[in-house]
Amino acid sequence: MELELRGITKQFPGVLANDHVDLSVRSGEILGLLGENGAGKTTLMNILYGLYSADEGEIVVNGEVAHFTSPGDAIAAGIGMVHQHFMLVPVFTVTENVVLGVEPTNSWGVIDIKEARREVSEISAKYGLEVDPTRLIEDLPVGVQQRVEIIKVLFREADILVFDEPTAVLTPQEVEEFFGIVRSLRDAGKGIIFITHKLGEVLEISDRIAVLRRGRTVGETTPGETDKQKLAELMVGRPVDLVVSKGAAQPGDAVLEVRNLVVLDDRAHPAIDDVSLTVHSGEIVGVAGVQGNGQTELVEALTGLRDPFSGSVTITGVDATGATPRKIHELSVAHVPEDRQRSGLVMAFTVAENMVLDTYHRAPFSRGIVMDWDETRRTATRLVEEYDVRTPSIEVEMGNLSGGNQQKVIVAREFSRDVKLVIASQPTRGLDVGSIEYIHERIVQERDEGAGILIVSTELDEVMALSDRILVMYRGKIVAEVEGSKATASDLGLYMAGASPS
Amino acid sequence: MTAVAPTIELEEIRTPQEIKRSRYLGITYIAMAIFVLWAFAFGSVGNGSATFGLARPTDPSFPDFTFNAAFVAFIVAAVLASMGGVQLARGFGKRSNLVLAFGFILFTFAFLGWATAQSGLGSFSMVGMFETTIVRSVPITLGALAGVLCERVAIINIAIEGMLLGGAFVAVLVASLLRTEDASLYFGAPMAGWIGVAAAMATGAVLSWVLAVFSVRYRVDQIIVGVVINIFVLGLTSFLTVRLLVTNPDLNSGAIFKSVKIWVVGDIPVIGPIFFNQTAIVYLTFILVAALTFALFRTRWGLRSRAVGEHPQAADTVGVNVYRFRYLNVMMGGMVAGIGGAWFTVGTVGRFDENMTNGKGFIGLAAMIFGRWHPVGAMSAGLVFGFADALRQKLGILQTPIPSEFLGMLPFLATILVVAGLVGKARPPAADGQPYIKE
Amino acid sequence: MSDDTRGEVPQLPEPADDNVPAETLPGTGDGGSGGGDEQGNGRKFFEDLTGVNVDWRNALLVPILAIITALIASAFVILISDLDVWSNFGTESLSNAFSEIRRAFVALFEGSLGSGRALSETLTNSSTLILAGLSVAVGFRAGLFNIGTEGQILAGGMAAVWAGFAFDFPVFIHLPLVIIAGAIGGAVWGGIPGLLRAKTGAHEVITTIMMNQIAILLVLYLLDTQLFQLAGRDDPVSKTIKESGRLPRLVGFLDNSDYRVHAGLILALLAAAAVYWLLFRSTIGYEYRAVGANPDAARYGGMSVTRIYISVMSVAGALGGLAAVDLMSGVLHRASPGFSGGLGFEAIALALLGRSHPGGVVVAGLLFGALRTGGQEMQVATDVPIDLILVVQALVVGFIAAPALIRAIYRVRTGEGTGQVTRGWAT
Repeated sequence: MELELRGITKQFPGVLANDHVDLSVRSGEILGLLGENGAGKTTLMNILYGLYSADEGEIVVNGEVAHFTSPGDAIAAGIGMVHQHFMLVPVFTVTENVVLGVEPTNSWGVIDIKEARREVSEISAKYGLEVDPTRLIEDLPVGVQQRVEIIKVLFREADILVFDEPTAVLTPQEVEEFFGIVRSLRDAGKGIIFITHKLGEVLEISDRIAVLRRGRTVGETTPGETDKQKLAELMVGRPVDLVVSKGAAQPGDAVLEVRNLVVLDDRAHPAIDDVSLTVHSGEIVGVAGVQGNGQTELVEALTGLRDPFSGSVTITGVDATGATPRKIHELSVAHVPEDRQRSGLVMAFTVAENMVLDTYHRAPFSRGIVMDWDETRRTATRLVEEYDVRTPSIEVEMGNLSGGNQQKVIVAREFSRDVKLVIASQPTRGLDVGSIEYIHERIVQERDEGAGILIVSTELDEVMALSDRILVMYRGKIVAEVEGSKATASDLGLYMAGASPS
Repeated sequence: MTAVAPTIELEEIRTPQEIKRSRYLGITYIAMAIFVLWAFAFGSVGNGSATFGLARPTDPSFPDFTFNAAFVAFIVAAVLASMGGVQLARGFGKRSNLVLAFGFILFTFAFLGWATAQSGLGSFSMVGMFETTIVRSVPITLGALAGVLCERVAIINIAIEGMLLGGAFVAVLVASLLRTEDASLYFGAPMAGWIGVAAAMATGAVLSWVLAVFSVRYRVDQIIVGVVINIFVLGLTSFLTVRLLVTNPDLNSGAIFKSVKIWVVGDIPVIGPIFFNQTAIVYLTFILVAALTFALFRTRWGLRSRAVGEHPQAADTVGVNVYRFRYLNVMMGGMVAGIGGAWFTVGTVGRFDENMTNGKGFIGLAAMIFGRWHPVGAMSAGLVFGFADALRQKLGILQTPIPSEFLGMLPFLATILVVAGLVGKARPPAADGQPYIKE
Repeated sequence: MSDDTRGEVPQLPEPADDNVPAETLPGTGDGGSGGGDEQGNGRKFFEDLTGVNVDWRNALLVPILAIITALIASAFVILISDLDVWSNFGTESLSNAFSEIRRAFVALFEGSLGSGRALSETLTNSSTLILAGLSVAVGFRAGLFNIGTEGQILAGGMAAVWAGFAFDFPVFIHLPLVIIAGAIGGAVWGGIPGLLRAKTGAHEVITTIMMNQIAILLVLYLLDTQLFQLAGRDDPVSKTIKESGRLPRLVGFLDNSDYRVHAGLILALLAAAAVYWLLFRSTIGYEYRAVGANPDAARYGGMSVTRIYISVMSVAGALGGLAAVDLMSGVLHRASPGFSGGLGFEAIALALLGRSHPGGVVVAGLLFGALRTGGQEMQVATDVPIDLILVVQALVVGFIAAPALIRAIYRVRTGEGTGQVTRGWAT
């Protein structure tokens, strides 16, 4: 089977998402599609899958032009998509999720669940995707859920499989298993499009690589002909400055001391299991680990959003175990949250209103219960200028700003105070390179001004670039502590997977 | 390739909330036991026996159930107390809710025994009570089913009240029109009633179509739409009642469905008169509950509908038309509510009064939540609330010192307890209330 | 990840979809608030005054068109419910029908605004409606759907009535006592759902609906007790509020008993001003609005969402209680079953019409008050029952909520509708 995208163009108001994109993939090969955020990969795939329609260009399947007006059309043509965020109904079983939309029924519409189960088991066995058809999705770990997504696609007899950022939520072990599955799918004759931003992976798994930048295809190559540096430059369009320039750390007193902390998650399991760590002023401590090993709960416990089960948290010498967010805030702690739109900002508020989200209750922004909007506006104007936030005015709603500028507002708000401890969780998630560089600079600047910084990030590269000391979390425990300058990605990767360098 | 990643084994982990809840439940049982002891057991001493009539007055072949009220109350208290003990010690696990229901049944039994004994009458037609329960449960169950149909596709339907009211009005109006002497179209009694029901279904469909359009297409908040529909229907039906029905009473005398006894099963003692000697709408209700349960969980339509309600985006990506399902199911819900509305007029009294539904739609909403969005649960809740309703009436006859209004509050208090999570988790369809925006 | 040279590992972002500004994503509604420069100075002045971002056209055009369309639709309803037209269709019956419609609308207008007495009645009705509308609006601003105003009015009303007949103090003490009692009664009735929402996550739509029904029954019970029931009466009617507990007539000096407008109007306007100040100029209001928009971010910012939910619902309930005080102490002077008369639901329509803004609620309250008063006159002067007003109100709110309808009918550009308020049952 041969799939070709010719000259695909898609315009949104203000943004040319796809600009005459050409792409092709055939049975038995893996095409790696690489691109920065906003490059147009998802738009392209949505067009391929029938969710959008292209303004110009055509999709050619086996030499014939195809028109997709809905996912149904794409599925019928043999294209299957495994989305980045799984499209699985949590309360349904594996079987129900797989057959949804193509259920085997009798003439009355009654589903033949036994037949469905049988077919699922068949595919499962044929492609080595072990799964129990009767389990509920919500009870399954992420890696297994992904297998269900793949079975869904195979059930519909897809010949071309599109994977959108499939390894984002997998442990290194699961990634290896996944690659094995992908290779066996290719060997079975499927064509695979593998969308990712991870350079190492695209080099490892692809037969061919296509790079998308600002809506255009800017290069096609193979792993043998290229390397990470070249790919990075293709993706971003300029030589990428990959090193964060920082001097040596000058650690002082401890600003954060965590002793034997145990924190339970929503299911009453210990997400943090006897963790102890220290952060000193003037140093950056990075916490590395794959998503889901307790980092979120750790940050929540340190910032007052979740009560610890046992253990102690001391901030600048004051006991902050189980303290409220406000109390911790008053101990000169800044928190850059993991999910800026959910926790860090009120999207419906203006930039000015957001600028005082955690300081509104004190002078100079209020006196008693009376808000001082003039002062708020003055401060907001000043900070927007100082932190280079691109916004038409401070009175526009937050939703009008790009992700990078939203994060800058948070950083402006947090760093403009006199802070002794900064807790930053995934500080550059989803940002463009320019914003990332800016925020990294600011973090180093804070450190040099004497703050202690705790960075929690699933991007190993970020942790390695910024940290003076690196801690690795695995299953709720700290399994390694490495000095920044001595850390290697391979060692850290092993720790993150629960192993250790022998 | 490495071995299969182990799937997580879930133990019976008890969160601190669960332990607290378990304790409250145990204390509740014991409190109930003490109350039964004090009020009903000691309160019944010397009042002699209570008699529950288990046969219809016209059919005295089946013996009544007579017992000593005080004695029974003592036993109930003992059972409740031991239940409380077990609950505090280790809880009932999966059967917690069943046990809770059982506890309440015992409590009610003791209560009725006491009430009957202390009234001058000494006897009490249990069969009559249950018959009335079934009858009174119908609009609640139908309202709850309408709610289930809508909420399973994630559309909140506050307008059940309006749909009931509108259906009631249209049903009697149409049925009366078809029975006026000089009408060009004349139908006899049951037929006119059925056409009235059909008209009520159409009304419900129209109203629910409005709900669907506003919430799916214009993405207005569904609760707002519901409230607006309720106000609209109340205003319009009251307006038309004064304008048309008061001046033309022959437009307001619709056919009344008569009870139909089902052959053979209708003669079974006790059960027969209760279940199998009811009007057609009652039978229709039971059929609907069964049909809906089967359809929701065993058919393609059911799977897709539930998917639309739980994760519309997932359904969309596999080619399920989310909008179409929402429109269709909501309109079906409207039709069911229409039938429920018809019960008020054509199904019972045969005339329409302003605002005659008087909050039954909200009880239906409560029943839906109480029944955890499941058709059988909705029916059970409808029966429970119907029982409370019937009890209110009977208590008047028994001249109990308890004001009937408090009994009337029961369904509402019960729903609050459910929603507050004190009676187990109430988990609605995940996408409930959120409009689906296709990218 | 087989690199050994740390410094050269590229740092590239995880993709997310929030790097593209919201307005460039397809399908995100019509226009929204930013209006461009044409509105210019007037808009800026208004915004500075109220602190609220407002699109002039959207604010005025849609409601006006909505009202006009609703009135036209109601005329149509009068027409098709005229039996004469059905049975003797022809020019005579049609012209009779049209003249009836004309008389109805004239009565509506004159009855609400056409005389001193009419104005007085309108204002009397409006003051209650404004307070009730504020009750709902405050909830909306904090992301809570307060359907419970009906019950809060009942609870506050019973408390106020009790304070009114149980004591005998000089008016300077008695009247404030009545007002406070009513406010507390309503606050409790609102605070309970707020507490439940805060502590257990129970959705306030359900709990307030239940509380409404419970209140209705409670009133029935109380009116049957010795404490409340009017001595010597068998029907459910309460004792009467003493003279010192009543809101005084505003134009009492005119010695015309037709002019019923009372001090409740002042209470309502003061409340509206207070709510405005609370919402837009105080830290409390900032917290309310933050929680309403994003409870997670509010928690992050140090706010106690639990405390705020309880606070919001109590304040909303208190406003409902004040509406009851206005009604009881100003007009009815005694309680009878269902004395709230659907006010709670009208209040929801009101709050929506007024965009949950205190100023808007005042205007909407005046409008609905006029409709009520005019409707009564209409019912007296013609054969058109007052229930038609409910139809008009429902239609008006319907059009406001979905301006796309107005757009389709009149081919004008409008802004967004009311959009999402609740987030479904799950918290």
